[in-house]
Amino acid sequence: MAEAPFEPKIVAFLCRWCAGAGADLAGTSRIAYPSNAVPIRVNCSGRVEPEWVMEAFRSGADGVLIGGCHPGDCHYVSGNYKTRRRVYLLRKVLAEMGIEPERVRLEWVSATEGAKYARVMKEFVAELKKLGPLSLERKEKEPTAAPVLPRVGS
Amino acid sequence: MGRGPRIGVFVCHCGKNIATTVDVPRVVEALARHPGVAYAARHEYMCSDPGQDVVKKAIKDHRLTGVVVAACSPSMHETTFRNAAEEAGLNPYLVEIANIREWCSWVHDGPVTTDKAIRITRAMVEKVKGNHPLEPVEVGHAVKCLVVGGGISGIQAALDIADAGYEVLLVERSPSIGGRMAQLSETFPTLDCSQCILTPKMVEASRHPRIRLLTYSEVESVTGYLGNYHVTIRKKPTYVDPDKCNLCGDCARVCPVRVPSEFDQGLSERAAIYVPFPQAVPSSYTLDEVNCLGLNPLRCSECSKVCTVGAINYDMREERIEEDVGAIVLATGYDLYGKEMMGEYGHGTVPDVIDGLEFERILSAGGPTKGEVRRPSDGKVPKEVVFIQCSGSRDPELHKSYCSKICCMYTAKHALLYRHNVHDGTAYVFYIDIRAGGKEYEEFVVRAMEDERILYLRGKVAKVFRDGDKVVVWGVDTLTGKRIEVAADLVVLAQAMVPSAGTEELARKLHIACGGEGFLKEAHPKLRPLEALTAGIFLAGAAHGPKDIPEAVAQGSGAAAKAIAILASPTLTHSPEVAEVDEDLCSGCAVCVPQCPYGAITPGDVAHVNELLCEGCGTCVAACPSGAMRMKNQTDAQVKRMIQVALGGEPVEVSRG
Repeated sequence: MAEAPFEPKIVAFLCRWCAGAGADLAGTSRIAYPSNAVPIRVNCSGRVEPEWVMEAFRSGADGVLIGGCHPGDCHYVSGNYKTRRRVYLLRKVLAEMGIEPERVRLEWVSATEGAKYARVMKEFVAELKKLGPLSLERKEKEPTAAPVLPRVGS
Repeated sequence: MGRGPRIGVFVCHCGKNIATTVDVPRVVEALARHPGVAYAARHEYMCSDPGQDVVKKAIKDHRLTGVVVAACSPSMHETTFRNAAEEAGLNPYLVEIANIREWCSWVHDGPVTTDKAIRITRAMVEKVKGNHPLEPVEVGHAVKCLVVGGGISGIQAALDIADAGYEVLLVERSPSIGGRMAQLSETFPTLDCSQCILTPKMVEASRHPRIRLLTYSEVESVTGYLGNYHVTIRKKPTYVDPDKCNLCGDCARVCPVRVPSEFDQGLSERAAIYVPFPQAVPSSYTLDEVNCLGLNPLRCSECSKVCTVGAINYDMREERIEEDVGAIVLATGYDLYGKEMMGEYGHGTVPDVIDGLEFERILSAGGPTKGEVRRPSDGKVPKEVVFIQCSGSRDPELHKSYCSKICCMYTAKHALLYRHNVHDGTAYVFYIDIRAGGKEYEEFVVRAMEDERILYLRGKVAKVFRDGDKVVVWGVDTLTGKRIEVAADLVVLAQAMVPSAGTEELARKLHIACGGEGFLKEAHPKLRPLEALTAGIFLAGAAHGPKDIPEAVAQGSGAAAKAIAILASPTLTHSPEVAEVDEDLCSGCAVCVPQCPYGAITPGDVAHVNELLCEGCGTCVAACPSGAMRMKNQTDAQVKRMIQVALGGEPVEVSRG
């Protein structure tokens, strides 16, 4: 039997007010998109801990999407600005570790942007397909890559 | 914990909505084998009474310690199932919804849909395993309401709330309440005089013992939360004591300044000290400091010299008024889309091409022409008038994509009133369709077409330009296919309605959303049309979308009823799903403190969270370097388990079906 084509695994952290509601609207409007992501709802994108992203990669994710409100529209005033800074730093750390920073995607999706949510998901899946599966073992063996992905938290 | 978790999983078919793409029995089967799941079942409609009974019965029969309902978005039925669980003796915070409809069955197809539904549900089981029973926090609240915007919708809301026995702050940006309705001549379809039916309401609002009118005022900032909003209002100085001013008008007569009158849409002039219109409420003059020759130092002071009652006070200063309110109604109204945006109609530079509000002022007995229809450029009575509907509306390529809803009606009214004024005049109306959906609206348009002999032409106008003292209109009658050219004396554009200037800024201050076109966004387009997504904030009138007067009044009353429900409840409850500090782990570093937008965290030897102020965003939790800050029922450990399971920590057997 031929090997099944690579389907990236994604975890999507969606804030309940904007990105989560936008994903709801994509559903209500029946806008189809690939099923690769398992969404996890959080109150605010500011709740998303960089550790969670690491946990996702260690557990086999090929990509992580973080969806929040547009700048200025955060339901909790400024949580999304904190997220933006954290993701910026996190992507630098990932690059140091030999993980492509593009595997973490931060998107602003409002509650009215169901079509945007679907589009983001399509784009992200296509991008991850190009990158191929994330293999932490391979990175560990490469001399130039960062050391073993540390266990974060517990 | 002494004994292991006993989670119940309830998977909904939602008729065909879930079951068409998700193999529900397989989801039940997979979840039944998931560690910690004591019971798994499915139902055609889980939210129905029999469906809820399945949940309730299982909670008792299987001594469940938690419940996951795999169904629609939690925004739909989270409350339903939490209440059902509570009736069966299970703490409602041990119930979670796995969204397998909006996030799964409606957007995917094929076996992968079932696979994803299983992953979503399993992840939620892991969350519930870590949930703890919580009790909602009881909060007191202010029993006052803020209404922003003194147009008809805001006035109606204020009156209804005040009549119910609660204090109201009615804030209006301009010197008088009344809003757009005060500018109109007659109203469709009854041809009631607009001011005659509006001014009694304005007076009632100003005289009401429980309404505090704050005109010439703007909302500066809003903090707090449902039931306990703290608002700061900036009241600009009018430099005239309203208690002393007797509206004699001597000040305006001696004032050397003349600027376009906002109330007359620039068709007349006013002095720097002025009353917007004779029936203004409060009935007092206002000195507009921007246009005054100078107050500091005083350059003119002619007005003060002639004021026999000594009402003018140049030392008046801006005031800041701070109040605590339980609810907020936003009724900030609309503007017309600018004529300058209409390149095809001359960018607003062609004289005698005016918009609907300008024509209202021309038709008004109190307007610049005292109700005689005369065109602005030379004061001549126009004998041929072209009305253009959908100017800027229903034009997604160039302008606004939406229908402004009221223009079909007011254009019919304009043409009809014009014909009543100028008996030998000819009125043309260019339209795309006639949308006259309202009580006695269709009859009114038919009257305009048939009885008043107004020429309705179905088609769009391609170009409007000046030729001598005529305004030439080029259009097409799409019913006959003929090109039409009218050398008109006056052209009236039914400009699109847009949210009033500053709507977006106000929305930002209140942390509520605007839709794509800038109108305030409701919590649900069908079922919660009066509420913003933020609890305790309600919407009324054209700030929410194009509306006519009866709709704006109805929505004002509706928003008032919603606000009264808050003001009348003895206490409000606050979600207990907030941040908490593990004092053994906290080092007192205070990294969390600046993360909090609500000032809910007090630093010290260990941080302390005020659970009434905490809104549960969790930004502080993500920032805590020692893991001391925790989100109740969404701890790191819970989310990590969710991640592991979502990615197939345990194999999902049905995935490659």
